[in-house]
Amino acid sequence: MIHFDKVSKIYPDSSIALEDVTFSIAPKEFVSVVGHSGAGKTTLVKMLLAEEKPSDGKIFFESTDIHSLSKEKINDFRRKIGVVFQDFRLLLHKNVYENIAFAMEAAGRTDEEIEADVPHVLDLVDLGKKIWNFPGELSGGEKQRVAIARAIVNQPDVLVADEPTGQLDPLNTYDIVQILKKINDLGTTVILTTHNKGVIDSLGKRVLTMENGRIIRDDKDGKYVI
Amino acid sequence: MMWINIKRIARSGFYGFWRNGFVSLSSILVMVVTLFVIGSIIFSGAILRGTMEQIKSKVDINVYFVKDASEDDILSFKTNLEKLPEVAPPVVYVSADDALANFRTLHQNDQFTLQALDELGNNPLGATLNIKAKDPSQYASIADYLKSKTTLSDGSNLIDKVNYYQNKDSIDRLTRIIDSADNLGLILTIFLIIVSILITFNTIRLVIYMSRDEISVMKLVGASNGYIRGPFFVAGALYGFISAIITLVLFYPVTLWLGKTTANFFVGLNVFSYYISNFGQIFLIIVFSGIAIGSISSYLAVRKYLKV
Repeated sequence: MIHFDKVSKIYPDSSIALEDVTFSIAPKEFVSVVGHSGAGKTTLVKMLLAEEKPSDGKIFFESTDIHSLSKEKINDFRRKIGVVFQDFRLLLHKNVYENIAFAMEAAGRTDEEIEADVPHVLDLVDLGKKIWNFPGELSGGEKQRVAIARAIVNQPDVLVADEPTGQLDPLNTYDIVQILKKINDLGTTVILTTHNKGVIDSLGKRVLTMENGRIIRDDKDGKYVI
Repeated sequence: MMWINIKRIARSGFYGFWRNGFVSLSSILVMVVTLFVIGSIIFSGAILRGTMEQIKSKVDINVYFVKDASEDDILSFKTNLEKLPEVAPPVVYVSADDALANFRTLHQNDQFTLQALDELGNNPLGATLNIKAKDPSQYASIADYLKSKTTLSDGSNLIDKVNYYQNKDSIDRLTRIIDSADNLGLILTIFLIIVSILITFNTIRLVIYMSRDEISVMKLVGASNGYIRGPFFVAGALYGFISAIITLVLFYPVTLWLGKTTANFFVGLNVFSYYISNFGQIFLIIVFSGIAIGSISSYLAVRKYLKV
C-alpha cells in the first residue's frame, strides 16, 4: 500500500533528515515509527503527506508516486490519508461539529452525509456531548479525540498519527491508543510516530526504529529498542 | 455542488468574521482610515478643481479696437475668433457706447473724472472684445493670432491694443501654478492611495498570518486552494463593505461641519452640498474601493500560506 524506495532528504544547510529509507506498509497494518527527537520521524510523515519532497528516492501510495502528482491530485490523495498531530491543530474558530464537517466539506460530501456522519464519528471517539463546544473549551485529550474524529470521518485508507500522545497525561494516552487500535481493527492502516515506550510495548505491533535519519530496526513483534 | 460550495464558503466567511470579533474590528478601523483618505481625496479633488475653474474664469484678455473701427468689422472679427479652437465662446462684445456707460458707472463717485470726460465732448473709448481661453496656457497663441490681425485687408488699423502683453507675466505665472497644482494633486493622490492600501494590506496580512496554521491544516485535510481562500475572501469583502458604510456615515457630520468653511475659503464650493449632490457616485466609489481592497488583500495574503 505504502512503499518508501531509497528515500533521502537533505536540507539546503546540508543537514540530513532521512537517508536511504526503504520500507513497505501493507493494508490494515498498524506500524509504529519510534526514535529520539531529530531521528527523522516527522520528516518521514511530512514526506508521506506530500508536505515535503524527497531529495532522492520515491514514495508510492497504491503504486502511484505521490510526488509526481499535480496540485489537484495531491488534494485528492490527502483525502485518502487522515492525519493527527501532537498539537491537535484544530480550527480554533470552528466548533467541534464544524471542525469535523470541514474535512467532509473539503471532500465534497453533501450536507445530509455531514449531518449523519459527524455525530456518529464523535460517538466513536466518545465525544458526542461536546459537539457544539469550541476547541478552547476542551481538554487536551478531548482535542485529540476531535482531531482523530476529523481524521477518520472521510474513512481514509491510512491514518497517520504524529506523536498524538505527546501532550497528554497517561490516562488520556491510554484512551487515544485504544481509539487508534479500534480504528485499525475496523480496517484502516495506522502509522503512529512516538517515543513513548509504554505505548509501543502495550500495542505489540510492528515497530520501525529510526536513528539519524535511517531505519535501524524493523521488528514485527512490537519491541521498543533504542 | 458549486452552489453548495459557494454557500459553505459564504457561511464560513461570515462565521469567521463574527467569531474573530476583535481582529475584525481592528481591520475595519484600519480600513475606515484608508477609505476616509480616499474620500478626502475625492473632496480635495473637487475643491481643487472648483477653485482652479474659478481662477481660470477670472483670467481673460481684452482687445481694444481703434475708435473708427466699424461694428460690422468688429463683429466679423468676433465670429472668426469664436471659431478658434483655443477660444471658449462666447467672446463678449462691448460697444464704444457700452464701454462709456460702464466707465461712467465705475467712476460715478469721481466727479473730477466725469467732468473731464464731459469736457472732451465725444466718446474717447473704443469698442472691446473680451476673450476667454479654454485653458490659460492658450492665451499666448490667441495673442499671436490677434497680433497677426491688427489691420484690415485695406490696410486700415483695426486693433488698437491687446492687454495680454501687459498681463503676460501674471497669466504665465498663474498657468504654471495651475499646472503645478494639478501635477502635485495627482502625485499626492497616488501616494496617499498607495500608502493607505499598503497599510490595509499589511493589516489583513497580519490577520491571515494568525490563521496560517489553520490554513496548513485545511491543506492537509485535502481542501482545495479555492475552498480555503474563499472564506478569507468573503471576510475581507465584509471588512471593506462595513468600513465603507462607516466611512460614508462619518462623512455626513464631517462635511456638514466643514461645509461653510470650505465655501468661504474655496470660492464657493460647499463640501456638504457636494457630498449630498454626488452621494450616489461617492457611495459607489467608497463601497467598491472597500470591497476591492479588502477582498484582494485577503486573496493575496492567503496565497503565501497555500504552498503546503
